[in-house]
Amino acid sequence: MDFGFTIAAYAVAAVLFILSLGGLSGQESAKRAIWYGIVGMTIAVLATLMGPGQGLWLLSLVLIGLGAAVGYQLATRVQMTQMPELVAIMHSLVGLAAVFVGFNADIELGRVAAAFAGANLPYPQPETMTAAAAEFAKGFSGFAAIIAKKTAVEVTILRVELVLGIWIGAVTFTGSVIAYGKLAGKVNSAAKKLPGGHMLNAGAAALSLLFAAMYLGGAGSWTLVLLTLLAFFIGYHLIMGIGGADMPVVVSMLNSYSGWAAAAIGFSLGNDLLIVVGALVGSSGAILSYIMCKAMNRQFVSVILGGFGGAQGPAAEIEGEQIAIDAEGVASALNEADSVIIVPGYGMAVAQAQGAVSELTQKLRARGKTVRFAIHPVAGRLPGHMNVLLAEAKVPYDIVLEMDEINEDFPDTDVVIVIGSNDIVNPAAQDDPNSPIAGMPVLEVWKAKQVIVSKRGQGTGYSGIENPLFYKENTRMFYGDAKASVSSLLPLIE
Amino acid sequence: MKIGTPKEVLEGENRVAMTPESALQLQKLGHSCAIEAGAGARAGFTDAAYEAAGVEVIKTAAALWKDCDIIAKVRVPTETELKRLREGQTLISFFNPAGNEAGLEMAAKKGATVIAMEMVPRISRAQKMDALSSMANIAGYRAVIEAANNFDRFFTRQITAAGKVPPAKVLVVGAGVAGLAAIGTATSLGAITYAFDVRPEVAEQVESMGAQFVYLDFEEDLEDGSASGGYAKPSSPEFREAQLAKFRELAPEVDIVITTALIPNREAPELWTEDMVKSMKRGSVIVDLAAEKGGNCKLTVKDEKIVTDNGVTIIGYTDFPSRMATQASSLYATNIRHMLTDLTPEKDGVIVHDMEDDVIRGATVTHKGEITWPPPPPKVAAIAAQKPKEKPKELTPEEKRAQEVAAFKAQTKRQVTLLAVGAALVLGVGLVAPASFMQHFIVFLLSVFVGFSVIWNVSHSLHTPLMAITNAISSIIILGALVQIGSSSTLITLMAALAVFMAAINIFGGFLVTRRMLAMFQKS
Repeated sequence: MDFGFTIAAYAVAAVLFILSLGGLSGQESAKRAIWYGIVGMTIAVLATLMGPGQGLWLLSLVLIGLGAAVGYQLATRVQMTQMPELVAIMHSLVGLAAVFVGFNADIELGRVAAAFAGANLPYPQPETMTAAAAEFAKGFSGFAAIIAKKTAVEVTILRVELVLGIWIGAVTFTGSVIAYGKLAGKVNSAAKKLPGGHMLNAGAAALSLLFAAMYLGGAGSWTLVLLTLLAFFIGYHLIMGIGGADMPVVVSMLNSYSGWAAAAIGFSLGNDLLIVVGALVGSSGAILSYIMCKAMNRQFVSVILGGFGGAQGPAAEIEGEQIAIDAEGVASALNEADSVIIVPGYGMAVAQAQGAVSELTQKLRARGKTVRFAIHPVAGRLPGHMNVLLAEAKVPYDIVLEMDEINEDFPDTDVVIVIGSNDIVNPAAQDDPNSPIAGMPVLEVWKAKQVIVSKRGQGTGYSGIENPLFYKENTRMFYGDAKASVSSLLPLIE
Repeated sequence: MKIGTPKEVLEGENRVAMTPESALQLQKLGHSCAIEAGAGARAGFTDAAYEAAGVEVIKTAAALWKDCDIIAKVRVPTETELKRLREGQTLISFFNPAGNEAGLEMAAKKGATVIAMEMVPRISRAQKMDALSSMANIAGYRAVIEAANNFDRFFTRQITAAGKVPPAKVLVVGAGVAGLAAIGTATSLGAITYAFDVRPEVAEQVESMGAQFVYLDFEEDLEDGSASGGYAKPSSPEFREAQLAKFRELAPEVDIVITTALIPNREAPELWTEDMVKSMKRGSVIVDLAAEKGGNCKLTVKDEKIVTDNGVTIIGYTDFPSRMATQASSLYATNIRHMLTDLTPEKDGVIVHDMEDDVIRGATVTHKGEITWPPPPPKVAAIAAQKPKEKPKELTPEEKRAQEVAAFKAQTKRQVTLLAVGAALVLGVGLVAPASFMQHFIVFLLSVFVGFSVIWNVSHSLHTPLMAITNAISSIIILGALVQIGSSSTLITLMAALAVFMAAINIFGGFLVTRRMLAMFQKS
């Protein structure tokens, strides 16, 4: 089929993809948006399969079928609480695919150049292509045909794009694998750096730059391989150096990277759809990272460079003690309360407590109490993580509110239940300028009449920061596994 | 020790300082109890009930005063009663020490210990014996009930087949215990309730009871009630003017006014002036809980209900607690019992009068032949000083407009700068790059732009689905692999095949997972 048709199909697909992202502005339209995305992807793949330069479409279909089977298994088996891991590991696939495609382009380039050399024709093409060369170029098909027509400047640009695509793809790959490991608890989540720290990253980046220059200078493919290895290292070391609490930003940043890699590859292949979609994904990930950094009052750069920084002087000493409460106490507080706000965090996800929380919500609401959820933008390990979990547990989304919507309501609230969140309710962010999280907007739960914190033990949680909330006079600690704790409340609510 | 309660001698006083229930508790402290015959009758407690609780019923007051070591009663003792005091005897009662010098001297001369219930300091520990609060609570409730009784309309808003009923508007002046109780009662009857107090820190308490706090436009540093143990202090003339102006504004609107403003040991301040009464609607009701100290409204007649020429009822009763004698007696008796619990630390029936104890010291007005009133300030500060609640500053329309304009300018400046820099960069690239590259570059730039515009609108709660869907979409890289898979080089085909496989996983995994997530979002 004609090349023009493919381009037209790409245009349709691109529009569908844009609609698909735009549709996510509301819960209802999102359900339609996903279909736009699916249809767009189908059109794009079919058009490419039928388009010029495609051979072996049977093999392609078989491979897609296999991928579909694996993808289906992954998607249906995954627990909602494991969503962050899944998203992270899937990013790594895109990164690796980008690396492969990039290498292929390089090999193809070498093959075309060799073919021209074998035919004693000049390559890259001079400004005006000789008739013989044009004739010879017709002998190539598909991607090779595009390459064959390129002039010297275009080949250089192609190589720049290749290098970028491979480099970003490689960083995304190892970075995502490490992010997956950290989220899945397979890699220690604390920020870790090899001796040398940022210098090591900077050195690797500088070396990459050197290899890139050598590759552009015609040093051969081995530079590309070394460059990829360096990028693998940077991806690994960069993400290892970022603490668990910053994972939401990391995941969306990797998301962004995978988009940019796709866009760079799109440039080198001369494929507009790749460019469009890559740019869409890249910019969306970038914005998401930005929104979350803002929510944590952190500089994007300082998150990316890893770990908490900038704490000056010792953190304020905390006085008082943590007062424990049992299920009866919590239940009677809830029975007496008119308005309740629940603040879920990663702990709820870990304990899989969302079902029990939902049931508690239903029971309380059935008794005419106002129950709402306050979601901090960075609660959990993925942007919007808590919303998804609560939705899974059938908590209606109109009682799930954002920080800005609900923060003013805490003083009028009788009971706040904090389930497995820590930093996002830490008053030190406002009170203690020396705290590592100083200035981060937090949910002001301590202004409520009573705060009940459901927590496994007296530890300091993910970021390792002491939380003065636990020592406040109106705070009671409800120790135990979140799911067991919340479930034990259910029979006591009357 | 033997605790005895005589019948109240004051006309119209129905309360009694001991109930059968409190007597049982007192006996657990090791004391024995006695009561004058018929003392509890008007509060609904029969002599038989007392006897059943193990209380000795004594025929005459004289015999009771003689027989008992501790006398617990309600009202300030009369001269006759004071004459019956003897050395070593303890009297627990309201005493009004500020206005009862003769009584103090007499009690001191007799060598009796007098504990004045109104002098119990306002600290958390002493709340259980704070009779002023428990009586004020009743007074506040009863004030609303009396007002409702004299008010010929509903309190609550109703829309019925027979017509629409507007809600009554109640203004409570002074948000102490009585005021708060009145607010609670009025709101639960369905009235729209406003409340005012000179202590701005009570605004929160007022709002918690369901009333609106009436703020004054007044700049001076408002006083802080916590310094005087939670009671109000006299205010400056300027403040008073501002306050009266506000009341004048409210007077024609409100149907019921309940004034509870009292300053300890002073005449009640005049807050509801004659002209305010005149401007009120016919049928409105004023309940003046400060009538005993002269009234917050000068038209109030103590212990009486009057109707003014313009049809406003003014209630000046001072015996609200006595009008609910059963409730008031059981609360007061409990206050007395708590006082005795503190006086009997070992629970062995032996009174230890510890003058080092803040609560006991504060309440004791005569002890061992001396007048011990007024007490020194308590060692523990009663209530922590509070910051006044800051009223959010309203911006004038001009200021708002100016702010908007400034914000708009800043935004324009930023956008123009960004655009200029961006354009310069693109032009710079265009100078060196060939046209074939620029074609793609334009597509790229526009896509980034579209991406930025679209994503800003994505709702926060959908960020996880957004990531899942962008992840699925980013597997568009499959196109690149599909183009390359047909290559004649085996190596390329192999790598492209792998890429196709991985991207396919991503496509299906990503979209399916997003669908799963989105399907879960539902409305209540």
